[in-house]
Amino acid sequence: MVQSLNLLKESPSQTAGPYVHIGCTPNFSGIDIYGGDLGTTMKTGPVQGTEITLRGAVFDGTGTPLRDAMVEIWQADANGIYPGNDPRGAADPHFTGWGRSPGDMETGEFTFQTVKPGQVPWRNGQLQAPHITFWIVARGINLGLQTRMYFADEVEANAADPILSRIEHQNRVPTLLAQPDGTGVYRFDIRLQGDAETIFFDI
Amino acid sequence: MTQNGYFARDTQWHPPALTPGYKTSVARSPTRAKLSFPTSLSEETGPVFGHNILGPLDNDLIHNFAAADQSAIGPRIVVYGRVLDETGRPVPGALVEVWQANAGGRYRHKKESYLASLDPNFGGCGRVITDENGCYEFRTIQPGPYPWPNGPNDWRPAHIHFSVFGQGFAQRLITQMYFEGDPMIWLCPIVGTIDDPRAVESLVAALDMTRTIPMDARAYKFDIVLRGRRQTFFENRAEGL
Repeated sequence: MVQSLNLLKESPSQTAGPYVHIGCTPNFSGIDIYGGDLGTTMKTGPVQGTEITLRGAVFDGTGTPLRDAMVEIWQADANGIYPGNDPRGAADPHFTGWGRSPGDMETGEFTFQTVKPGQVPWRNGQLQAPHITFWIVARGINLGLQTRMYFADEVEANAADPILSRIEHQNRVPTLLAQPDGTGVYRFDIRLQGDAETIFFDI
Repeated sequence: MTQNGYFARDTQWHPPALTPGYKTSVARSPTRAKLSFPTSLSEETGPVFGHNILGPLDNDLIHNFAAADQSAIGPRIVVYGRVLDETGRPVPGALVEVWQANAGGRYRHKKESYLASLDPNFGGCGRVITDENGCYEFRTIQPGPYPWPNGPNDWRPAHIHFSVFGQGFAQRLITQMYFEGDPMIWLCPIVGTIDDPRAVESLVAALDMTRTIPMDARAYKFDIVLRGRRQTFFENRAEGL
């Protein structure tokens, strides 16, 4: 026998189920409480940087958009600082960095009004390409799925990015790229299965 | 520059993505291997929620949707516990959001089709933020079991859904709490997505008769464990030394 490490085990995940919106976006579900839903506003005043809109949907293996998912995003401000507890300093005071969307009840489309994030250092100090962390939960998803959204118009930064450049199957990298429409709107669709299955992260 | 990151998740402990006994997972489970990387600032930071967002009834599901002088119907319980990480350290300031069916097993949701009645005084959601010791507590009614469209005769055990934020976005977790002694736990295809019975047992709250409110409510204890953060004696040394 040896000494015990005395570590606890993480609580195992269980699906968010079909009613996650009751708990996380109750006002969206018609339950008038809390004075509003958390995560609906990422900008609490005039923000620094370029304001953008993110749109997309989550598709299952049959190509059907999920209409009971919840998508959360977490990102740095325009200067590459995370709001709240970034050890490098204070972020834009009018930017929360965190958004939560229940998706449209009919189309499943999520929308975030946010800013384009600045570059954030990787573990070795090298700058990563601008990116937004996504977390997707829904009925039928047993453990919340994490991925990242990068910007298709950041060609040079993406090519130098320490994660994107090390992906073995480079033909799958486009699944992580949001496409600009030229008016400040970026489209990022997430596919759970199929030829264009999004790269999900174990991170 | 970087913190030391979070422990890797134990994929044998969590349910796999594809669990055919839970039919909805079949078309919603990614099929390709996930991309593994150590955490960086992008996951080691996370949103911070202040206690100032909370209203006085946010953690009282018996009253937070009820009309004045009314209360939700059902067995009154207190649910309490701590949010810890895998090293056993408490996680203060963690936002815990909960949702559940009413005592008859019915959710307040437009897509809900179970014939059990709505309780006009029960909304089914609550939230709380852990204190400096990682402790949380809320008051509710014990939810009922209910049938759900999966197999021809599948029932969910009584359960409360939990959404938990840690200090880093890498710790983000949604899970469910079950009740000690419920024989329905072991019949449920969603519980059955977890392979290891010890992992299932870690989601079963214990009846605690020392925390009851006399002549009012019973108590159940439910601790939640989030991913551990690495800590090392050498953490202040520069990279490469």
